[in-house]
Amino acid sequence: MTLTPHNEADAAYVIRNAAAGGTTLAIVGGNTRSGFGNAFACHDTLSSSGLTGIVDYEPAEMVMTAKAGTPVAEIEAALSANRQMMAFEPMDHRGIMGTTGEPTIGGVFAANASGPRRFVAGAARDSLLGIRFVNGKGEIVRAGGRVMKNVTGLDLVKLLAGSQGTLGFLIEVTFRVLPVPQTVETIVISGLDDAVATQAMAVAMAMPVEVSGAAHLPQTVRGRFLSGRLPDGEATVLRLEGLEASVSVRAEKLTAAMAVFGEVSRFGAEDSRHLWQQIRDVAPYAGTPQKPLWRVSVAPSAGHQLVAALRLEAGIDAFFDWQGGLVWMRMEADPEAELLRRYIKALGGGHATLLRAPEQARAVTPAFQPQADAVAALSARVKQKLDPAGIFNPGKMAGA
Amino acid sequence: MEAIKFLEPRASVVARRSAIIADLVDLLPRECVVHEARELVPFETDAFVSYRRLPLAVVLPTTTEQVAAVMKYCNRYGIPVVARGAGTSLSGGAIPQEDAVVVGLSKMTRILEVDPANRTATVQAGVTNLSISDAVSPEGFFYAPDPSSQLACTIGGNIGMNSGGAHCLKYGVTTNNLLGVRMVLVDGTVIDLGGKHLDSAGYDLLGLVCGSEGQLGLVTEATVRLIAKPEGARPVLFGFDSSDAAGACVADIIGSGIIPVAIEFMDKPAIEICEAFAHAGYPLDVAALLIVEVEGSEAEMEAMLKEIVAIAGRHGVRTVRESQSATEAALIWKGRKSAFGATGRIADYICMDGTVPLGKLSYVLEKTSEIVERYGLRVANVFHAGDGNMHPLILFNANDPEDAARAEEAGNEILKLCVEAGGCLTGEHGVGIEKRDLMRHQYSDVDLNQQMAVRAAFDSEWLLNPSKVFPLEGRPAA
Repeated sequence: MTLTPHNEADAAYVIRNAAAGGTTLAIVGGNTRSGFGNAFACHDTLSSSGLTGIVDYEPAEMVMTAKAGTPVAEIEAALSANRQMMAFEPMDHRGIMGTTGEPTIGGVFAANASGPRRFVAGAARDSLLGIRFVNGKGEIVRAGGRVMKNVTGLDLVKLLAGSQGTLGFLIEVTFRVLPVPQTVETIVISGLDDAVATQAMAVAMAMPVEVSGAAHLPQTVRGRFLSGRLPDGEATVLRLEGLEASVSVRAEKLTAAMAVFGEVSRFGAEDSRHLWQQIRDVAPYAGTPQKPLWRVSVAPSAGHQLVAALRLEAGIDAFFDWQGGLVWMRMEADPEAELLRRYIKALGGGHATLLRAPEQARAVTPAFQPQADAVAALSARVKQKLDPAGIFNPGKMAGA
Repeated sequence: MEAIKFLEPRASVVARRSAIIADLVDLLPRECVVHEARELVPFETDAFVSYRRLPLAVVLPTTTEQVAAVMKYCNRYGIPVVARGAGTSLSGGAIPQEDAVVVGLSKMTRILEVDPANRTATVQAGVTNLSISDAVSPEGFFYAPDPSSQLACTIGGNIGMNSGGAHCLKYGVTTNNLLGVRMVLVDGTVIDLGGKHLDSAGYDLLGLVCGSEGQLGLVTEATVRLIAKPEGARPVLFGFDSSDAAGACVADIIGSGIIPVAIEFMDKPAIEICEAFAHAGYPLDVAALLIVEVEGSEAEMEAMLKEIVAIAGRHGVRTVRESQSATEAALIWKGRKSAFGATGRIADYICMDGTVPLGKLSYVLEKTSEIVERYGLRVANVFHAGDGNMHPLILFNANDPEDAARAEEAGNEILKLCVEAGGCLTGEHGVGIEKRDLMRHQYSDVDLNQQMAVRAAFDSEWLLNPSKVFPLEGRPAA
C-alpha cells in the first residue's frame, strides 16, 4: 500500500502508527532514484508526493523553502525566472536508472545528488540550510534554519542529507541558491590519455582562474556528448563561468596554459550548458539498464589509476568528473565489487556506490561501500536514535 | 541576571584527583601532564573571560595514540574531558570544569602532508589556521576559512566550532572546506571519516562532527581542501546615509551574480571608534560603511568593481573610495581589522554572533540599537553583511557588575531578536556556555531532544565537554 499524506501532521500520524505496529515503510519522492541502495522489502510505501509547493522564496535573499515532494522542475522554473540556480547542479538519475516520473526536491537532498560543480561549490548538503522531517517515532523535528551561517547546535541537516530516507521522512527543505553565471565557456584539450588528462586538470585547478567543471571523456564516450561534435580524440573539458569580461580573460589564460598538453578548442555558452548537463546526467551510460554502473569517489589523482588497474582484470568503461576524483564506471557483466573496492582501498580510500545492476547481482552486492567496523557501529547507533523501531527503508544502507 | 551554571563536579572524580594525575603521568610522557595549581591557571578560561573554572588536570598529547589512551582512561573512570585548541573560543567552548581533564592540542602542530595534485593538506589538529595557508602558499594555494583569530586559533578548534570568517561569503565555512578527520571517540576508539575524496560512503558523520563543540569526540588530524590563490584582491569602500541604503546595496550586489569575497558592514559608532584608532581615512559624515572586496586578475577586478560601484550608485552612495594601490587597500582594511582591538581600548565589550536573513538586516540593526539604549549601554556594529552574520559589540564597564549583567541581558535580547527575525543564535562562534540557555528560544523540546539523542550515540554518559551547548535542565538521563 502506498501512503501519501497531504500535510505534515498526517505524515507524523502515519509514521507513529507504523512505529507502533512495527510496519516498515519504503520512503519515496518521485521514485526516480529509489532504485539504488541495497534491495529491501517493506510493508508499505510512504510517498512525499502529497507534500508539494514552494513555501517561501526571496530571490534577494537567495534562499528557497519548499515542501519535500515539490518537483525539481517546478523549483528550477521558479529559480530560472529569477536567473538563479542550485549551485550544486542536482543530477537527474532517470537516464541511468531507467526510471520515469518527476524527481522531487526531497529526493535530491535525501540522495545528496550533486553534479559537476560539486568539487568547487559543494554538494547538495552544503547548500541545504534547514529541514523539517518526521523521525521514526513520528515526531516532527526541525533542524538548521534559513541563514547561511549557523552553528547553533548539532548539524542534523548534514546528517539527514544523503541518508537515503533511512533516518527520517523529509517534509520541508530550505536551501541556498545562487545567481546563474552571466556566461559559461568550455576549454577542450584533445588527445590526452587518462593519466596526462588528470595532470592537466590538476594544473588547471591550481591556477587562479576558477575552473568550475573539470572532466575527462575518453574515446569510448567522447562521441556520446554534444552529438559527437567534440573534436577527435579524448576530450578533457574545463568549464569557466562568471561575468563575460572575466570569463574571456580567464579563458585566454587557461588556453595558453593547456596548450602545452595538447590541442585546445573552445566551446561557447550554449554548447557548454548542454555538455555539462550531459556530464551531470552521465549521458553515455543512460539506456543500458542491465549493465552494472558504479559511482566511485576517490582522490582526484587516484581515479585514472583505479581505472587502469581494473581494466587489466575486468571489462569496464569509464569517464571522469571532479578533476578525476569522480569515476562513472560501467561494467560489461559482473559488478566486480570486491575487486573494485580492494583497489579503492589500495589507492588511498574512497567509496564506490552501485547504482544499478541486474537483480541477482544487486542481491549479493552491498550497494554502499562497507565501512570500518567502528564507523559502521557508530552509524547504526545514530540510526537507532532517529528511527528506534527501524521502520524507514530497512537495510537500504548497510547497517541501517 | 543569574550567572551561567556549570554542571556540579562529580564528587567521586574530584576526590580521586591525585590518583588520576598519577595515572595520567603513567600514561603519558611527564612533560605532557600539567597539574600544579599555578600551571593550570592559563587553562581556566578561553576568550569568553567572564567565566573561569580550574580543571582537574591538563594533558598535552603529541599523538593520536596518546589522545586515545587518555580518552580510554577517562571513559573507564567516568572523568569528563574538555578539548582545547588555542583557547580562543568567544562562547566559552573551551572553559573546563573542576572534574574535567583538559586535552590540549597545542603540541600537535605537525603539517603531515601537502598534496598539490589533490589540493589537500593533512595536518594535526593543533596546527593554527593561518599556518595551513602559510604552508601551502609556496604551491600557490590557501586555506579559505579565516576567523579573525586565525593567527592563534587551531584547525581542531575551527572544526569544533565550524568557524567562519570574513571571506566565507565566497568560499564557505569550515564544514564546506573539511574533507576528512581522524578522531578519537569517547572510549578511545580511533576512527577516520572522509579523506581526500568527496562525500561519504554512509551517513555524513563528518558533517555532524564539524561544529559539534567537542561533544562527539576529539579530532586529532584533519584533511582540508585547498584553493588556488587569486591573482589579486581589491577592496572598495562605500559610505551611505543610512543603514537601510547600505543593507539594500548588499542585497543587490549579492543578487547581481558577482560574488565578492567579503562584504563588511560598519555602523556610525563602529566607524568612529575605528577611525579614531586606525586613522584609515574613513568618512565620518556617513551612517554606514561597506567594505566590498573582489578577487581576480586586474581586468576581472576592474570589471567587477565597475559593476559594484554602479549598484552602490543606485542606492545613493555618498562616499566611494576605490583603492589604487596595495597601500590604499591595506588602509581600507586597517580600520575594519582593528575594530575589536579599537573597541577594547575605549570600553569592555561583548561580541554577539547572531545571523539574520539579509532582508532583515536594517530592521535588526534598528531594534538592536533600541534594546541597547533601553539598558543604558552603547553598541557598535561591525559584521559580515554578505551572509547576514551580525556582530553587535555591546560596550560596558567590566568593573561594574551591574553594567556587566545589563550587557549580558541586552545581548540575550538581541539574540532572541535574531531568532525571531528568522535567524539563529550563532553564526560562527558556537553555543558554548554563552548561548546554551537560549537554545530553547531557537529549538523546540522535540528538536533539542533529537539532537541530544544523536549526541548520545557518541557519548551516552555526557563525558565530553558536558556543560556546553545543551541546557542543563531537561537532559535525558545517561
